[in-house]
Amino acid sequence: MRNEFAAAMIQYFDEHPEMVFVTGDLGYMALEKVEQKFGERFINAGVAEQNMVSVSAVLAHEGFIPFVYSISPFVTIRPYEQIRNDVCLHNLPVKLVGNGGGYGYGIMGSTHHNIEDIGALRVLPNMRIYVPFAASDVDHAVQQMISDKNPNYLRLNTGAKINYDVPPFAQWRKIKSGTKGVVVGTGPVVEHICNSQYAEDLEIWIVSIFPFNDIPEQLVVAINATQKLITVEEHSGECGLREAFSFHIMNHLTQPIKILSLAANGYPSGKYGDQKWHLAENNLMGEGMAQKLSAFL
Amino acid sequence: MEPSIHQDLLVKAFNVKKRFLGMYKAANAGHVGSSLSVADVLTFVRFNWMHDHDEIVLSKGHAAASLYSVLAEEGVLNDADIESFYKNDTYLAAHPPANKVKRIPFATGSLGHGLSLAAGFGLAFKLKKSNQQVFCITSDGELNEGSIWEAALFLVHHNLKNVVWLIDRNRLQGYGRTEDVMKLEPLDKKLEAFGLNVLIADGHDFESLENAKQQAAQSDKPAAIICNTTKGRGWKLYEDKVDCHYLPMKQDQYDLILEEIELDFNNSHSQISKR
Repeated sequence: MRNEFAAAMIQYFDEHPEMVFVTGDLGYMALEKVEQKFGERFINAGVAEQNMVSVSAVLAHEGFIPFVYSISPFVTIRPYEQIRNDVCLHNLPVKLVGNGGGYGYGIMGSTHHNIEDIGALRVLPNMRIYVPFAASDVDHAVQQMISDKNPNYLRLNTGAKINYDVPPFAQWRKIKSGTKGVVVGTGPVVEHICNSQYAEDLEIWIVSIFPFNDIPEQLVVAINATQKLITVEEHSGECGLREAFSFHIMNHLTQPIKILSLAANGYPSGKYGDQKWHLAENNLMGEGMAQKLSAFL
Repeated sequence: MEPSIHQDLLVKAFNVKKRFLGMYKAANAGHVGSSLSVADVLTFVRFNWMHDHDEIVLSKGHAAASLYSVLAEEGVLNDADIESFYKNDTYLAAHPPANKVKRIPFATGSLGHGLSLAAGFGLAFKLKKSNQQVFCITSDGELNEGSIWEAALFLVHHNLKNVVWLIDRNRLQGYGRTEDVMKLEPLDKKLEAFGLNVLIADGHDFESLENAKQQAAQSDKPAAIICNTTKGRGWKLYEDKVDCHYLPMKQDQYDLILEEIELDFNNSHSQISKR
């Protein structure tokens, strides 16, 4: 998604000269064209993320639209108080962009992963989080973020590729119908269920903007009808989609339901691998996911 | 400095102090010493340095009452606002609020944010090709925060000469003296090594601050002014002691401080008149 993001920056800069690109000294072999395009509006703030976020808050205060880029943990939980105090409390349109949300940085290890970013940011005042599913979502998400007057966070990952048509970018999207259970997922990780043998029987929904204040009626109906809900996220379930969705669905349940949470549980074995290795270890793809689904359904 | 300007600053500083002492007394609140420490610097910056289109960031947000009092002195806040300080249903909390008060662009109180905010203003003004300036007042204990040094690197790297950084160097912090808690000295050399134009001023002497202002104006680098001050100046019982950071004033102490600052004002005022 990083290339799509860089292309969107270049594309929308002409229409929106108030855009400023701020990087925490990252973007080698990815942002060079953005730098050329933005000229003096391209600021490398160095490896100093606290300062970078506060500076960007003021740029937004002064009428600019700063896109603030780094590896996901370094632009979210590292400068967390600056995000809360300087950006969110003042409701300033700072656009945080985190590359490699989830296990995206694979073998780089746990310091470069981020499985708490959505949870950490979704609770902050005024913050709206964009989690693209397919690579083609990135352009739409960026467009919405430019016109969104709130603080935002864009979680970049590797775009999903599935055998179903993906509806245009929206907060809630139904990928397909099904009768044996309902999947509610966020981010590209949902592709592994979409592309599995279980997909045929499942209704699959994607949520791409956090927080959400309600759930589509059609989704509520499906959950009450199947009485089986599967939440899927490349993120901690404790503070992520599972917790956020559970609260909202409770208000709408007419039947008792069972819930299966497929989520990132960190480092069960203490070992490292590439992104897919971590997804597999956390039952988010492959055999582990199949066993969980099989037992649940 | 023109004697008439100096006299006017003395009057304003006296009014500012008298007002916030009344606020702290009514609220039975602490942070009196922090406000007494920075009041002269704040008065000087607001009434003898910054223009109306400039910005000021009080990074040491715990001295909010001194800022509120300065804003009342210039007419931004009214008597009812001032009376609401520290009470329920007020905008004037113990630390500067978000979004609600003119001249307070950002809520502060968590230390180490202000210099980055000032750097942001500096960069924004530069990108907009505006001649606005920003004044940032930090404490000295606050310089323990790593983000301060990130900001210092940034504003020197971008040569943000439109940022003026004033350090309220009273040598006291939350639980002791700055040199005992986390050594800052040689502070001037540290700041110089970062590439700042370091100036030293007596933070209770308007002539000295005026000299620093003149030197900063001629500088080709961003200025950091170490303003040597006395925490709790005028509160003889606790002057230069940690106690004046936390303790509210009892009635007899309040009366004595008022006497002291009035005496100080009269002495300074008459000295200038004799010149």
